[in-house]
Amino acid sequence: MYSLERPVQGQSSCPKDRLGRKRRTVVSSLTEDEELTEILKSYSSNKVTTTKYSFLSFIPKNLFEQLHRFANIYFIFLAALNFVPVVNAFQPEISIIPILLVLAVTAVKDLWEDYRKHKSDKFINGLVCEIYSRKRQMYVDQRWQDVHVGDFVRLSCNEIIPADMLLLYSSDPHGVCYIETANLDGETNLKQRQVVRDLPRQGSELTPENFHSRIECENPNNDLSRFRGFMEYPSKARVGLHNNNLLLRSCTIRNTETVIGIVVYAGHETKAMKNNNGPRYKRSKLERRLNVDVLWSVVLLVIMCLTAAIGHGLWLRNLKDTSFLIPDTTSPALSGFYLFWTMIIVLQVLIPISLYVSIEIVKLCQIFFIQNDVDFYNEYMDSRIQCRALNITEDLGQIQYVFSDKTGTLTENKMVFRRCTIAGVEYPHEENARRLEVYKEDEAMGCSHTLKSRASAKSLSCKSLSCNRSSVSLHTLTGHSEGEESPSPTLPQHSAFSSPMEKDIVPDPFLVQKLNCLSSPLFLLRDASMELTYIVDFFMALAICNTVVVSSPNQPRHVVPGLRGILVSRTPLKSLEDIKMLFQPEEGEHGSWKGEEDKMLHLNPGAWSVLENSNGGEGPPSEPGADELIYEAESPDEAALVHAARAYRCTLQGRSLERLLVELPGMGSLAVRLLHILPFDSTRKRMSVVVRHPLTNQVVVYTKGADSVIMDLAESPKGAEQSDGRQGHIREQTQKHLDNYAREGLRTLCIAKKVQTSTEYDIWLKRHAFAETSIENREELLLESAQRLETNLTLLGATGIVDRLQEEVPETIEALQRAGVKVWVLTGDKQETAINIACACKLLRTTDQLLTANCDSKVNACKALLLELRTEVERGEAAEGTSGFTLVVDGHTLDFALQEDLKGDFLELSRRCRAVVCCRSTPLQKSHVVQLVRDQLRVMTLAIGDGANDVSMIQVADVGIGISGQEGMQAVMSSDFAISRFKHLRKLLLVHGHWCYTRLANMILYFFYKNVMYVNLLFWYQFFCGFSGSVMTNSWVLIFFNLLFTSAPPLLYGILDKDVSADTLIKLPELYKSGQNSKAYLPSTFWLTMLDALYQSLVCFFIPYFAYAGSDADMLSFGSPINASALLIILLHQVIESRTLTWLHVLVLVGSALFYFSFTLVFSVVCVTCSPPTNPLGVDKLQMSQPLFYGVCALTTVLALLPRFLFHALRNSISPSDTLKAALMDQLNPDNYCRRMQHWNQTQAQSKARGLIINVEDLDIKIPDFILPKELKECRAATGSVLS
Amino acid sequence: MASNYNAKEEDGHQPAAIGHGGAGTVKNKKPDNTAFKQQRLPAWQPILTAGTVLPAFFVIGLIFIPIGIGLFVTSNNIKELEVTLTNYSVWLAIFHPCYNCSQSYSWNSTKPCTCSVPFSLDQPFESNVFMYYGLSNFYQNHRRYVKSRDDSQLNGDKASLKSPSKECEPYRTSDEKPIAPCGAIANSLFNDTLELYYIDPNGSRTAIPLVKKGIAWWTDKHVKFRNPGGNDNLTVVFQGTSKPVNWRKSVYELDPSDPDNNGFINEDFIVWMRTAALPTFRKLYRIIHKKPNMTPTLPLGRYILEVTYNYPVRSFEGRKRMILSTISWMGGKNPFLGIAYITVGSVCFFLGIVLLIIHHKYGNRNHSADIRS
Repeated sequence: MYSLERPVQGQSSCPKDRLGRKRRTVVSSLTEDEELTEILKSYSSNKVTTTKYSFLSFIPKNLFEQLHRFANIYFIFLAALNFVPVVNAFQPEISIIPILLVLAVTAVKDLWEDYRKHKSDKFINGLVCEIYSRKRQMYVDQRWQDVHVGDFVRLSCNEIIPADMLLLYSSDPHGVCYIETANLDGETNLKQRQVVRDLPRQGSELTPENFHSRIECENPNNDLSRFRGFMEYPSKARVGLHNNNLLLRSCTIRNTETVIGIVVYAGHETKAMKNNNGPRYKRSKLERRLNVDVLWSVVLLVIMCLTAAIGHGLWLRNLKDTSFLIPDTTSPALSGFYLFWTMIIVLQVLIPISLYVSIEIVKLCQIFFIQNDVDFYNEYMDSRIQCRALNITEDLGQIQYVFSDKTGTLTENKMVFRRCTIAGVEYPHEENARRLEVYKEDEAMGCSHTLKSRASAKSLSCKSLSCNRSSVSLHTLTGHSEGEESPSPTLPQHSAFSSPMEKDIVPDPFLVQKLNCLSSPLFLLRDASMELTYIVDFFMALAICNTVVVSSPNQPRHVVPGLRGILVSRTPLKSLEDIKMLFQPEEGEHGSWKGEEDKMLHLNPGAWSVLENSNGGEGPPSEPGADELIYEAESPDEAALVHAARAYRCTLQGRSLERLLVELPGMGSLAVRLLHILPFDSTRKRMSVVVRHPLTNQVVVYTKGADSVIMDLAESPKGAEQSDGRQGHIREQTQKHLDNYAREGLRTLCIAKKVQTSTEYDIWLKRHAFAETSIENREELLLESAQRLETNLTLLGATGIVDRLQEEVPETIEALQRAGVKVWVLTGDKQETAINIACACKLLRTTDQLLTANCDSKVNACKALLLELRTEVERGEAAEGTSGFTLVVDGHTLDFALQEDLKGDFLELSRRCRAVVCCRSTPLQKSHVVQLVRDQLRVMTLAIGDGANDVSMIQVADVGIGISGQEGMQAVMSSDFAISRFKHLRKLLLVHGHWCYTRLANMILYFFYKNVMYVNLLFWYQFFCGFSGSVMTNSWVLIFFNLLFTSAPPLLYGILDKDVSADTLIKLPELYKSGQNSKAYLPSTFWLTMLDALYQSLVCFFIPYFAYAGSDADMLSFGSPINASALLIILLHQVIESRTLTWLHVLVLVGSALFYFSFTLVFSVVCVTCSPPTNPLGVDKLQMSQPLFYGVCALTTVLALLPRFLFHALRNSISPSDTLKAALMDQLNPDNYCRRMQHWNQTQAQSKARGLIINVEDLDIKIPDFILPKELKECRAATGSVLS
Repeated sequence: MASNYNAKEEDGHQPAAIGHGGAGTVKNKKPDNTAFKQQRLPAWQPILTAGTVLPAFFVIGLIFIPIGIGLFVTSNNIKELEVTLTNYSVWLAIFHPCYNCSQSYSWNSTKPCTCSVPFSLDQPFESNVFMYYGLSNFYQNHRRYVKSRDDSQLNGDKASLKSPSKECEPYRTSDEKPIAPCGAIANSLFNDTLELYYIDPNGSRTAIPLVKKGIAWWTDKHVKFRNPGGNDNLTVVFQGTSKPVNWRKSVYELDPSDPDNNGFINEDFIVWMRTAALPTFRKLYRIIHKKPNMTPTLPLGRYILEVTYNYPVRSFEGRKRMILSTISWMGGKNPFLGIAYITVGSVCFFLGIVLLIIHHKYGNRNHSADIRS
């Protein structure tokens, strides 16, 4: 697990303490020493403030921050320019309105965010914990913010740790305590912490007064996994301090009654706070494109201003008697220069500065909608999508490459025991399969329920199933609120890999019957008991061959009562000897098992209940707790197997370092002495435990591991003549079953055992001890030693575990591929598994050609391989028949491929493949791959993963998506968006991505259009006023035109416009391609829009010009119809561009128009001497009472919009885009819609077939179907040859 | 912005957790399934295709062409006559009666120059006739010029009367006395006097009554422009101020015939102060009211325009005109709008036909594709 391997940043940023020391000294805060007290005071207190501003500092600080932005500087510059008398164009007070408005909007947003932080800070600072008080000689309640370094804090079970403290005392006799770090990294398995070593024992509890040791430790840093220091006792003895002595802030104490610690880091110096970095800032692709066009606008502005400046100079020079007209005597050149700046002010609107604010607002609203999408709601976890990055929503619509993790992302990471084979007999566990079906169905129903928002009985039942789970997750989130209460039984402690689905395994009735024999008086049927040994051993192995930690919510986990007084004596019916006999390997009589099985079937049908009764009656002390046992496993497979064993009453009840407590059916609890654990490693592909058998007292090795390995090791049974037949039979049968399992897509594990004679064991032990103690190549020696032990195994059986694909994964991947997104799977798993999953999730299709790149040797060989593969691809492309290529690369090859001289070849090869699977890759490699593709191919990348090993990849990609699943929150914490299921990706990209992108792109284009269109009106006027910078509009109206009258509609357009309905977007993933290719916002679109704006402004200016030419119209009367028609044009232009109009649109559009007209009307009535020189008194009132005004407005509007209107109509009729076709489909009635949809898919398929890619069958949209056995079968068959 | 901001990022605590101490009050995070939040608001989806926009084009065509014809006819019914008072471009200018005046006259001249321009009407002007003076190449819309005024002073503000706005510079003070009205606009007030005579067939001249009341906007006359001190004796009110440098008379002596038309509320002055939009403009000078009997306001025949030439336009190469015009409901004579309407209407109609063809060609194809599938 990568739990604590987070990237260490900022460590060097504070190498020294504030006082310049390199280390921190902590003593008890009760100390009398003045100097030390001073030192303690110099450390920061536990009060946290994450807010940026205080009440007083808000305005100056916020202003300062905002002024850092270039856009705002531009505004301020303009405002300042207006105060220069020779250039001023408007009244200075008008010119500061835009900047004030922009600043105010941003400030309000900041203020609101800060207030929320303040509220949460206040809550956290106000939490209460117990601190030792010197005055009162006892622990008193104090608020968190009053905790200081050196304080003694006492915590009880389930309380949250207020600051980083050193563990000094634990109520646990072994001096350990457990913490749950879910709040920190989201991992739900408990971690053990140890009291500082060699701490003098002081009776029952630690007395703070007697604590005189001095702690020296490193300065605060953000490395969660490291803590170094030492504690110096008064006796000057030093004890090293390690990470496992440290209790981290915001973790929760679990399973330990009381702990006491001394605070070493508080407040912002705690590791939790140091690791807390705010939301991420990324710049989206669209924004980069936008910035280019803003620069173009600047160029345009400069050109326009220069034109005006030069024009003015020339005009002035031609003027003979200037003094009559223009009351100053500046030279033409200087006047021209001044005019340049005047024009910059007049035409300032051309630079769409308010666009940046608008984009922010729009993105916030888009995020609001994404977060509120019901389809992203996960009922099991009661979670929605989390949007952590605020400004890359539109990037979701432009993704070209998706890099996905496998386990936990594509699959559920919920390993569920499905079936097993023991001693060559298959137990199909039909009930269990049915149970899994039910879960599946429920989930499917649940999702359809959310999709179609219709309540159904099924979904209700689903809810009730999930309620346990959801309350559990709530519990982990809110653990501290129950600190005072005793943990309530309704909230069982949540731990990883133990959802009801994983736990509630339905035993196979047949197997149960066999097991019942153990407790039935008839069990001494010899052959049956022979098989029974196997069965018992099998479950024994399942139960103990693991590293699972057992706990129960009410008790500290390791103190399982059974372990203290061991109870072989409790064995119910049999004497020890009987059981010994049972476990003696029998020879010879393996005869016909079939017959025995039949006999067994007729055995006591109520045997199971007998077993229950006997247990209930005779093993009362262990029984009540048994149901509440919680297994916490490192890997989900282990948990699955332990749960499986438990379903057969073979329960792992407790674990300590030396003993395991196991309950066997009919025998009650047995203590098993644990001799060794030979942990899993990837070379051996197996793990073993060495135990002393409680009944036979023999040394037994239980091994479980990959089938290929175990089968080999079990090959040569030691006494060939004695058990050859039976073992051979078992192996044969098991292999057959294994193949079946694999075909079904189950993960298989083989279970084997070996009985060691004591002499053999002694010999091995010696060499093993040597290996353990050796310093040089210890690893190798240990490996060797383990291999020496794991030979001549007796095969017991095999298990099949389902790691189900998450629901709708194949559909999602297929949809993404149809959308033109290349999906890469990067996994740490082995090649076979990776390919398996790739098949199951339809990444690999039956018609695909699989290319594997495995080379262990040299760079050159690798290069040759890559080239060879490439030629193969080229050949394949030329030939008909193959649909596509899938490249499978292993980590080793990837290492080579990522090298400088090979990466070109690698990219070229992978670019031609439809999918790439990288197996056995390290986290770093994952991020390298993403980086390589992103930078070299210049594409938009998305990385999705759930575990800590995906963090670096998520961070590197343009868009990082975390799946909040079983493996904690680290991926989520580093992601831009966090979803709970892989299938959500489909809607997130295809629908929300598409929408966000088109909306934003269209809005930006519209903004440019709007500004250019309006500003050009002013520019054209310059040709008729001697380029003097005159405007024909009231300056307030001019400023407000952009800021108020026409600002709301584009915002709404950016938030709500919907070109195609969500349903259609999901059904036709091809529509996503328009965003990928940036169709909505190409440079050509930008310039076309500009051209249109130019045309419209020409119309909008010159129609009134000719209508009023030579008349007695004054400036403002001339400007009035121009302004009004500009408004109408701009608003109606949006109506043309909008794909949807809701009542909100109508409201805003009509509102804007009404606002403009009423504003100008009122202004023209009220404003008597205001706003010189463009006093509007009477102008608009008079104008709007004249028919000419309306005549001009109507003509102008129609003529200006005509080309765009026509263009749309023609394009849509002659060569409609895909998006438009889809939009047209939306308008059809359901019947036609379906028909069209089919037709679409057919044509798509045909066109693809023409492009030599796909088979048609893949294009139908299929009903969810999760394990896909059929596909898998085909897939296996297809890939088998390549693999072997 | 429902927040990316989860307390977990902050410190690992969920502030919202206070709410659920008990297991019963579990708050569901499920988003509301409302049409708005799920973006399913009922919407009208205008998709512009040849078929759907067809009617719009025809409708526009059908509406615009009649309007255009109406406007054109109206405009053609307006009678307008223009009399040039100066003309530099034509070599015949030398024979123009006002040639001498226009050549010699400048702001410095002390003696008024007069000239009389004869013209004739081919058709009688009925209803009210408006008499304009027109100037060309006069940039009344120049920024510096437009700014050079003080609206508060003109609104009768006494403080501004004594110390006009800085914008009026350099026409703010003269001889250390504030100028009233200040600024370049006022300074350049058009001060020609035009008189119109009808020449009877028998040769005698009849003066045509020119009404100078009602030429300014009502709001200007009654709200925007006010004399300081209301109806006090204007001579007293304007004491201590100086007349604009180019003026011959003080502002309170502009209309000796009508005491209510003096000071800032002099209508000629007000009209001038409303700066024209374009460098070629006309301004209303007088109104010739319709006669009560059936005789036309201006019968056809010969006329003489007597010009007291005070306003030099040579310095800015301007032209001066006198315009007689009747007006209609949509203003003065301007055939442009009518023609534009007719053109746009016809273009729309034409495009409508084109679209109809396209619709038949492509729309049908799409349609048949539907059916086939």
